[in-house]
Amino acid sequence: MIKLRKRKVDKTKLQEQIEKIDEIINRYEDRFKDGHKVLIELFQDINQEFNYIPEESLARISKRCGIPLSRLFSLATFYSSFRIDRIGKHHICVCSGTTCHVNGSDKVIDELQSKLKIEPGHTTEDGNWTFETVHCFGVCAHGPLVEIDGKYYHKMNPKKLNELLKKYEDDK
Amino acid sequence: MKTINKVTNVKELRDEILSKHSPNQKEIVVAGGTCGFVSGAEDVIDALNSELKSRGLDKEIKVKVTGCHGFCAIEPVIIINPENILYKEVSEKDIPEIISETILNGKIIDRLLYIDESTGEKILHEEDIPFYKRQTHQLLEYNAKIDPLNIEDYIAVGGYTALEKALQMGSDNIIAEIKASGLRGRGGAGFSTGAKWEMAKKAPSKEKFVVCNADEGNPGAFMDRNILEANPHSVIEGMIIGGFTIGANIGYIYVRKEYPLAIEHIKIALEQAYQYGFLGEDILGTGFSFDIEIVRGAGAFICGEETSLIKSIEGAIVEAQTKPPFPTLKGLWESSTVLNNVKTLASIPIIINKGSAWYSGFGTDASKGTMVFSIVGKIKNTGLIEVPMGTTLREIVYDIGGGVANGKKFKAVQIGGPSGGCFPESLLDINVDYESMAKAGIAMGSSGMIVLDEDICMVELARYFMAFNQNESCGKCTPCREGIKHLLDILTRITEGKGQEDDIEILEKMGNLIIDLSLCGLGKSAPNPVLSTIKYFRDEYEEHIKNKRCPANVCKNLV
Repeated sequence: MIKLRKRKVDKTKLQEQIEKIDEIINRYEDRFKDGHKVLIELFQDINQEFNYIPEESLARISKRCGIPLSRLFSLATFYSSFRIDRIGKHHICVCSGTTCHVNGSDKVIDELQSKLKIEPGHTTEDGNWTFETVHCFGVCAHGPLVEIDGKYYHKMNPKKLNELLKKYEDDK
Repeated sequence: MKTINKVTNVKELRDEILSKHSPNQKEIVVAGGTCGFVSGAEDVIDALNSELKSRGLDKEIKVKVTGCHGFCAIEPVIIINPENILYKEVSEKDIPEIISETILNGKIIDRLLYIDESTGEKILHEEDIPFYKRQTHQLLEYNAKIDPLNIEDYIAVGGYTALEKALQMGSDNIIAEIKASGLRGRGGAGFSTGAKWEMAKKAPSKEKFVVCNADEGNPGAFMDRNILEANPHSVIEGMIIGGFTIGANIGYIYVRKEYPLAIEHIKIALEQAYQYGFLGEDILGTGFSFDIEIVRGAGAFICGEETSLIKSIEGAIVEAQTKPPFPTLKGLWESSTVLNNVKTLASIPIIINKGSAWYSGFGTDASKGTMVFSIVGKIKNTGLIEVPMGTTLREIVYDIGGGVANGKKFKAVQIGGPSGGCFPESLLDINVDYESMAKAGIAMGSSGMIVLDEDICMVELARYFMAFNQNESCGKCTPCREGIKHLLDILTRITEGKGQEDDIEILEKMGNLIIDLSLCGLGKSAPNPVLSTIKYFRDEYEEHIKNKRCPANVCKNLV
């Protein structure tokens, strides 16, 4: 279950966020006029900008594009690449595709779970790490594969993972 | 950048490009697919560029980054031209030596050559490596030759001449040619592409669409990623021909977000195709207009299923729809839509250029052409291969794949991911084509092949696939939503040592029910991994249930 978190609202920041959201919606407004509302692309752009889909964006899209908020919420929570809660400072994603699985990605996932003390799909309390799994990056020859902030690390095992985590922690 | 307007100009442009090429041009080709970059190709490229620059050779010797050539296991790979020397597992540390020895002095560096394990022979050229020798490259033919970010490389090898030809042929002749070629949908279902296009052409629809399904969600499959990264224009050209044939003016490429490099390459390829006038208004002066947009998928396996993919583009709640009506009649925004897989579309220019008679010379009676497979898992030569339809599994696993890695014993090949099944040793002589596979009860599916050795527990693997399917079921129909959950619960129980006597029978009964009653392809194929492992590895299930023992020593509670 995904909960919308209550958080303190910084008004200037919120204003900035809304401006950015509007900018992204502007790009799509014309394209949407012919009735071809490819919402998933709009969501991808918002997700790319903020690393998550802010609540405010759903309200803005609903208002400006005339789409019920409930449908937008359904979409934003249906796809595994979208999240509506804020992402941690670092994003770590372990491939759990079949090849990575038969080559031991389970052990990497277990190790990460015990190190970060969270399950996949969650963010650590200190906000440093968001941990997810993905069904296949398509780089099966070099698995188990781990992606951190868009960078790939191949042939991972628990030992290599710990060294890697330490590197990121030290870089803080 | 120039825009060409006249239909005759593709050939002229090609001649012009070719006249600038010298066959003796010194170049270093680096295989730069995602797999190459992951294993260090980027460092190799950087090192090459800086080394060449520091020696003042950067004008004379070109560094060309291509897509992946297929042999992922030996990456990073470079090829030195015109001598055509392949070096494997190159690191940035090797670069100064490569430049001073091989490039400047023509000396071969032995340790970087590929060695044929069976003969001990050192191999100089890519095409002589056993892995490549037994393949027939059609879709992958230009992977090592073209820079995917340079449209002129594609035009130089004959790119967009098929479009030019097709525009002159007219839609009826195109359909006749594609039908005669015997091309069938490469997404796995195997429906005749020519027939599909004909249905869409005849459909009374004001607007029509062509959609390229590049939502390659099956774990273990990366053929479409490879083609989009290495030769994006071949797919784009196929789409434009498709649009012209059925009378569509808009196309969408629905590609997984998990493939950032493929998305980047399609994006650049589209921009270049517009600049050269292959996309947009009045293509090659024929009055035909066609636009292509990219839609990035967002990590939902169900979106690979055509009706769900359509809902996803429409921005609707993603749920599978009942068929008929088929998308060719009522697809995107209730309009006639052709959905084709990446490999299907990339086959179109080849068929148009070389003719249906040539194309249908490959493959079997009912399954024509070649098929691209990924062979991964516990195999020596991990990578991507292209072979004629009808090649035996044994040839693929042993002759091309080099057999099981690390001296382990072969157990099975898993084909088609979470909707496919496992072939045991006794079935290795099966011909890989639509008919033979269907006869064996395993769908061709996505054509990802995962080789499994003795250390893999088949019950645990079935459990893994059910966890995947349960997670990815859209939840619309009960048999799929509830049934898969039950299969998963029972399998989990068995792997935890709590299996009950009639569990196998329940799994079989429920599996067949889900197949019979589910709405879409996901549910209809979801129990396959369970049913096929029961069929061929029943003793492993029984060992788990009766003797509370996991023969492969995988299930934690049963070791």
